[in-house]
Amino acid sequence: MKYLDEYRDAEGARRVAQAISKIATRPWTLMEICGGQTHAILRFGIDELLPDSIELVHGPGCPVCVTPVELIDKALTLASDSGLIFCTFGDMLRVPGSRGDLRQVKAEGGDVRIVYSPLDAVRLATEHPDRQVIFFGVGFETTAPAVAMAVVQAKRHGLTNFTVLICHVLVPPAIETLLSSPDNRVQGFLAAGHVCTVMGYTEYEPIAKRYGVPIVVTGFEPLDILQGVYLCVKQLEEGRAEVENAYRRAVQREGNQPARELLLEVFEVVPRKWRGVGAIPRSGLGLREAYASFDAEKRFGLEAAGVEESSECISGEVLRGIKKPHECPAFGVRCTPDHPLGAPMVSSEGACAAYFRYRAESG
Amino acid sequence: MAHGGGGSLMHQLIDGMFRHAFDNPLLNAGHDGAVFDVDPARVALTTDSYVVRPLFFPGGDIGTLAVNGTVNDLAMCGARPQYLTLGLILEEGLKMETLWRVVQSIQDAAEAAGVRIVTGDTKVVDRGKGDGIYINTSGVGVLAHDGEIGPSRIRPDDAILLSGDVGRHGIAIMAVREGLEFESEIESDCAPVAGPVMNLLEAGIEIHSLRDLTRGGLAAALVEHAHSARFPLLFEEAAVPVREDVQSACEMLGLDPLYVANEGRFIAFVPESQADKALEILRAHPVSGGAVRIGAVQDGDRAVVRMQSRIGAVRIVDLLSGEQLPRIC
Repeated sequence: MKYLDEYRDAEGARRVAQAISKIATRPWTLMEICGGQTHAILRFGIDELLPDSIELVHGPGCPVCVTPVELIDKALTLASDSGLIFCTFGDMLRVPGSRGDLRQVKAEGGDVRIVYSPLDAVRLATEHPDRQVIFFGVGFETTAPAVAMAVVQAKRHGLTNFTVLICHVLVPPAIETLLSSPDNRVQGFLAAGHVCTVMGYTEYEPIAKRYGVPIVVTGFEPLDILQGVYLCVKQLEEGRAEVENAYRRAVQREGNQPARELLLEVFEVVPRKWRGVGAIPRSGLGLREAYASFDAEKRFGLEAAGVEESSECISGEVLRGIKKPHECPAFGVRCTPDHPLGAPMVSSEGACAAYFRYRAESG
Repeated sequence: MAHGGGGSLMHQLIDGMFRHAFDNPLLNAGHDGAVFDVDPARVALTTDSYVVRPLFFPGGDIGTLAVNGTVNDLAMCGARPQYLTLGLILEEGLKMETLWRVVQSIQDAAEAAGVRIVTGDTKVVDRGKGDGIYINTSGVGVLAHDGEIGPSRIRPDDAILLSGDVGRHGIAIMAVREGLEFESEIESDCAPVAGPVMNLLEAGIEIHSLRDLTRGGLAAALVEHAHSARFPLLFEEAAVPVREDVQSACEMLGLDPLYVANEGRFIAFVPESQADKALEILRAHPVSGGAVRIGAVQDGDRAVVRMQSRIGAVRIVDLLSGEQLPRIC
């Protein structure tokens, strides 16, 4: 398949891995931000090709994992309402709130529907004028433009039965939070290629400079990731700390201008709590005043209740790259995809799910 | 539709539609059950229920599924499928022409698979209590060989053969269900696989185990074998054929084709010494023309499936917790 096979080529992967071994003279710890990259690394066994001196730690870039449990609970409350249609991306279905997940609500009769695009939810709202349709707007800068588009369309059609339960988060503030933490050990970052496809990478330039870390915009196929690691290690070895683009076939420095303009039109930057990480100022997107009537929290007046997380779950440390999933005592024992303690065990971008699926030899 | 109450309408349906379509002496006897001789004495018996939405999809419908699914389960026992029962649960309000289309598909599929529908039952449920049509079929097949076929027979060094490309049925269904459009229409691989299995047995291939790759796909079939036989299995990702359109759909939706359902594909475990001959036989039959060798049973006591990835690293393949869900990004 074009644009895929050439980036999954065994010979090419070996060549880049050898080049990394050649230039790496000392140990380096790199973090891939995005959970999609974490899964590719484990699924293809990319880390096994790297020299022992290069450690990849896994970042917080799993939108499902960082959605606060309070918001999952709000989703469960809304979805349980028999009059509503609750639309969500597929992988939110299994994420545990403090009392079950959306899959259970669906089984109990809630009208929970998996959609592929927020625009599908707008279409549902048009088709069912007598019912309230809610879309669960979760994700980084990648999914936010589609949600913005849905809100703009809903407004244009004058829909009064469409709202979004929003938990959009932003990557650069999360990187800064990690870097300013006293227990940080990450020396270089692989930035998420799809986030940069939308946003470009100018936002990362001051971060690289201020904290003295190389940041390499990286894609998702094995050769993309190896190339990202190579450029990152090369910078570290040469004492440079710059933003480089290793995903040129998709990413331009300025990003996707129309998408960015759409984001600016609909959203404003707000503080956001990240599950497992805590509150981060200016790290999320919320609807601007002009679009406030499409905010599900406002429309349905949902109260936030304080919720206790499982005390045994170390997902916070996993999401910050401090611990690896298999270092958790509950991993694969009391925490499995069937009975998750935390979201990273069930998300298709969660690090715990990746370790369980590709590494855990339970047989 | 008031055809479920046992009155004259029911008789019209049975005589006018079913008996006409499935015409054969055992069914025409009109008795409460079918009576037949089985020779030789070893038989295989299986049953399966079919609920699928939509009822019609590219490459088949619920009728073809209901015949091929049961026929294939018999074939996986090494049996030649002979007789099927047909249980229909119809939702009130179902259009007669829809039922007729399905009945015709059942007859066409039965003919293609060389089986006869010998007894059946029809019930009608209230509107809103069913998805149009539910079907149950049970099947009887005869075994013409003495060998046992099943996971307990597999041995280290057995070759693992796969009868063709994977992922088409699941993606075809999903494309229709979710209104996804691709450049070309992806058709289900739904087909009876008893033919190539019988050819293997008749050629004297000592088949150790067979499994059709329905729900859970290739991955589930391999993992179930590793768990039952308690041997590690190793296969190569690059050896598993996936059509380009199916691969693109999977990439877009974040699905792994290894776990996507098939309705006309199976794996066979055969002794390494017979693997080439078995492949040649499989490739000579149209439903398994794309057969390939994907891996082998390993020596050891870890009941795991390992896969060599495209870039050469080895990782675990395990069952998923539930069905695959499309991803966020």
